Amino acid sequence: MGSNSLHVLKGINFNVEEGEMVSIMGSSGSGKSTLLNILGILDEADSGSYTLDGVPIKNLNEKLAAKYRNEFLGFVFQSFNLVNYKSALDNVALPLYYKGLKRRERMDLALHYLDKVGLADWSHHLPSELSGGQKQRVAVARALVTDPKVLLADEPTGALDSTTSYEVMELIQSINDEGKTILIVTHETDISNMTKRIVNLKDGVIIDDNSVEQVRIKQHV
Amino acid sequence: MFSNDRWTEIVEALNANRMRTTLTAFGVFWGIAILVLLLALTNGLRKGVSSSELANFATNSMFMWTQGTSMPYKGLPRRRRFNYKIDDVAALKSQFPELKYVSPRNQLGGYQGANNVIRGMKTGAFQVNGDYPEFIKQKPMDILQGRFLSYSDINENRKICVIGPDVVKSLYDRNEDIIGSYIKINGVNFLVVGTFKISNSQGDSEEEANTIFIPFTTFNQAFNYGDIVGWMAITAKDETSITELKEGIFSLMRRRHTIHPEDKRAIGHYDLAAEFERFNGLFDILTIVGYFVGALVLMSGIIGISNIMLIVVKERTKEIGVRRAVGATPFTIKAQILQESLILTILSGMAGISFAAGVIWILNYILDLQGPVENFANPSVSMTVVFAALIILVGSGLLAGLIPANSATKMKPVDALRIE
Repeated sequence: MGSNSLHVLKGINFNVEEGEMVSIMGSSGSGKSTLLNILGILDEADSGSYTLDGVPIKNLNEKLAAKYRNEFLGFVFQSFNLVNYKSALDNVALPLYYKGLKRRERMDLALHYLDKVGLADWSHHLPSELSGGQKQRVAVARALVTDPKVLLADEPTGALDSTTSYEVMELIQSINDEGKTILIVTHETDISNMTKRIVNLKDGVIIDDNSVEQVRIKQHV
Repeated sequence: MFSNDRWTEIVEALNANRMRTTLTAFGVFWGIAILVLLLALTNGLRKGVSSSELANFATNSMFMWTQGTSMPYKGLPRRRRFNYKIDDVAALKSQFPELKYVSPRNQLGGYQGANNVIRGMKTGAFQVNGDYPEFIKQKPMDILQGRFLSYSDINENRKICVIGPDVVKSLYDRNEDIIGSYIKINGVNFLVVGTFKISNSQGDSEEEANTIFIPFTTFNQAFNYGDIVGWMAITAKDETSITELKEGIFSLMRRRHTIHPEDKRAIGHYDLAAEFERFNGLFDILTIVGYFVGALVLMSGIIGISNIMLIVVKERTKEIGVRRAVGATPFTIKAQILQESLILTILSGMAGISFAAGVIWILNYILDLQGPVENFANPSVSMTVVFAALIILVGSGLLAGLIPANSATKMKPVDALRIE
């Protein structure tokens, strides 16, 4: 955007295997969100190649991009980004609507995923009637509902207090345990320590990329 | 395109800001209501005027009389007076099969003239018309008692008459038997066989109420007119216009009465059909004005919808970004915005049409209670107008959604998501 081009990412080369849980760290302006947007096909890199599950992502038209986002990717945002006039259940079912599923199937699947994040009882509440942690869990359910290949989370705990953050991270860990590939953008060390691999970005380049010992969250009640 | 889910999506979106939706819808509601009302009022005016001014005579008609020649021809001088003869009628009928009625007429005395009718001790000045039975089909009138003229009256030169309401008033006392009584017209006794009333007449009503109809043949015999025809009322069949036929009729009359073929002034006429056309044209223009003004008012409503949809799209930029992130294609987003504006327009338009229909109903109800109003009757719109209004609505709904729908997908999803 804008006439003066700014190179945010300057040569990123990394691979994520299936089932990995990676956190991308960096101070603001390091390019971590841009990287995530490119991985999420919300943005496109000026040069270079990106292959998602063997499919080259290059020069997609909007229709195809929408299809890939729908089928391959699940997004969790810092500010939850739920549709405020839809109930939790309808929010979770939204990707399925665009996938073209019948209403009945949508509702069944959405309820299943809401149950999975522990909010089956809240299915008919509007986002304004939910706490921040609950909203984020609805968002996680929405991201998972199409059974995507990758879950992309952009500062998923950025708007939550630490107790709630841990609850959400616990949920994300349990999803990873089931084999889902997860990428988390964060600038909080305690959050990144809960992943299995930390990629550090600075000024658009990877300064280090290490596997770490995952910190498991104790069961909270 | 309109699946159940779409409906739910649209209703949810419109319900999300109900007050604003209602206010926006009001613009279109008002526009279409005004459009329909304007057309209904124009229609009421047209009906009112035509029922009072012209519909009291068959519209595809003309009157034709003689005015004296203005050119010498075949040794005959100019300013020669001439008269139609009774065999002109038969000639016209055989030469012009397109003619429905050819009524020769003669007239005696006149409204506000000298007294010419006597009954016992009472006298009055009335217009006496010698007519054929067809005349009642050219000028509709209500027979209140008895009957109108018949062909037996014509063939047998019966001395009978049909009299108007004011004739009854001035010659009869209340409760007197009218049918079967005699009145003396210019010294000749006539049996009254019927009374008539001309409804829907305006202006001429007093003159018409003072009229006496007698058989044409009786008239000519009793008052020494021989075979002279004073003037004719000619009506063409519905499929041919009298205006197209009249020049042929005039030429035939000129030939039969040795008048110069170029002599336009010898034959006088009044073409009701042409008058009716002109008058219809006026109301056609009024209808166009109605459409025009109504459409302009409607357009401001549509601009309102377009405007509000733009704001809605702007407000929902982030939501649209989210929808695209979870897999909505630009097409589905556009289709939803378009449909939202379409539904909004159509719903409010339907409400507007219903409202206008209600107002028209109330108007008609009041008119019924009050009795006839001059130059205005039964305002209404045809189904054609309603369908036209609906088509305008659908078109404008699409139009109103087009710009907002395009702007909704112009922004890249990544930028849309970044909006706070």
